[in-house]
Amino acid sequence: MLTKSELQKTVVEMLSRAATTLPRDVIQALKLCKTKETNKIARLQLDTMLRNLELAKKLRAPICQDTGIPIFFVKLGSELELNFDLNRALADAVREATQKIPLRANVVDPLSRANTGTNVGQGQPIVHIELARGKGLQIDLIIKGAGAENWSRLFMLKPTAGEETIKRAVLLAIDEARGQPCPPTIVGVGIGGSAEVACLLSKKALLRPLDVKNPDKKLARMELELKNAANELDIGPMGLGGRTTVLGVRIAKAACHTASLPLVINFQCWVARRASARLVGDKMEVEAI
Amino acid sequence: MAKIIDMRPPLNDKKIEELKVGDIVSLSGTIVTARDKAYARALDLLRSGKKLPIDMRNGIVYHCGPLVKRTPRGQKIVSAGPTTSTRLDDMQIDFVRRTGVKALIGKSGVRGDVASELARLGCIYLAFTGGAGVLASRSIKRVKKTLWRDLGPIEGLWVLDVKKFGPLVVAIYVYGGNLYLRK
Repeated sequence: MLTKSELQKTVVEMLSRAATTLPRDVIQALKLCKTKETNKIARLQLDTMLRNLELAKKLRAPICQDTGIPIFFVKLGSELELNFDLNRALADAVREATQKIPLRANVVDPLSRANTGTNVGQGQPIVHIELARGKGLQIDLIIKGAGAENWSRLFMLKPTAGEETIKRAVLLAIDEARGQPCPPTIVGVGIGGSAEVACLLSKKALLRPLDVKNPDKKLARMELELKNAANELDIGPMGLGGRTTVLGVRIAKAACHTASLPLVINFQCWVARRASARLVGDKMEVEAI
Repeated sequence: MAKIIDMRPPLNDKKIEELKVGDIVSLSGTIVTARDKAYARALDLLRSGKKLPIDMRNGIVYHCGPLVKRTPRGQKIVSAGPTTSTRLDDMQIDFVRRTGVKALIGKSGVRGDVASELARLGCIYLAFTGGAGVLASRSIKRVKKTLWRDLGPIEGLWVLDVKKFGPLVVAIYVYGGNLYLRK
């Protein structure tokens, strides 16, 4: 049976890998963008990003000082038996990782702004649990810095607004955010569901690697159109101008009420940190990404 | 690779006049970190006629909240990239006017009206690549002082001795030029 200490150890490992190295698809996308930039300053930004990634990996140091807050997406098999408190295990892992790696203590009370010092607090770490069939367990993690998260946008559109209005709203959000979410960003878009489901979809969409196409053909087309249009805005790496404003757009949708059309845009900075692990036998295996 | 101009604080008008928008620079010498809470406290003190614990005249302020590791030999900065400068927009002009700071380092620039006022005050804006935390920490030679420790390691003032800190881009210049404005 999976033990708490095994799970905790795995999650610390996920946090450590995510904070210090980027997934291959993100590094590839950054390198590809560099070849397309003719602007000297845009090239310098991408070059500095890539140099920093190499240094972080070599020194096992967090890529960015804003080590963000971890967001866990857990797929829990409804027949899986656990003899420990999963929420507690995740919180203990965050506490341990904060000390050990270290991570910057970012979690504060929203009103008093007092820092807990551990990255654990009321409602933190954020854990979204989804029940699945069987006895499996999968944990996906994304690390979100505030620079990108602060540009999240929710629109409750008219139900008949249609695809063109959705695309305009996404581009408007990208244009308003300019260099502030640390472009080139990955833009998560949630369409439908309800206000909170659209938020969740927009964030979960960020888990799909840049080299994996959306299985929904219509959404795949919209993603490509939005990416191309965003890269025409001349925002560029860090907002200093250039052709690389987004590395990709990731859309997810859910059915919604006939009278509404929720739309959420969520940004992930170029330090697009993520990690995944799943249960194999009694052990958790961290995926090599 | 573009030519990098190494600059040493304290800055003066002459040193700034030799630059132009889009130039790539690095810094060697003393810089001070400050962000949201430190800005608010500095303004409270200066507006009530009190002094800051460090003289920033002709100095350089870095918008940064570092990631610090406790080691047996004391605190070590392991990652220290820039934070979003626009969060400080509403305090920026008064802060620069009252402190006499000559250069700001950060990411994403400042609001248009703030940029114009900075130019009038003779303060340039140097853009550093967001997320480049490890690269930044490598050019910190020494932590000279930590001030306002009660604000915590993110929000307190770090007085840093840096060497070839950068590459930084002159993004907002005193004689016109703002790379954040769309052509």
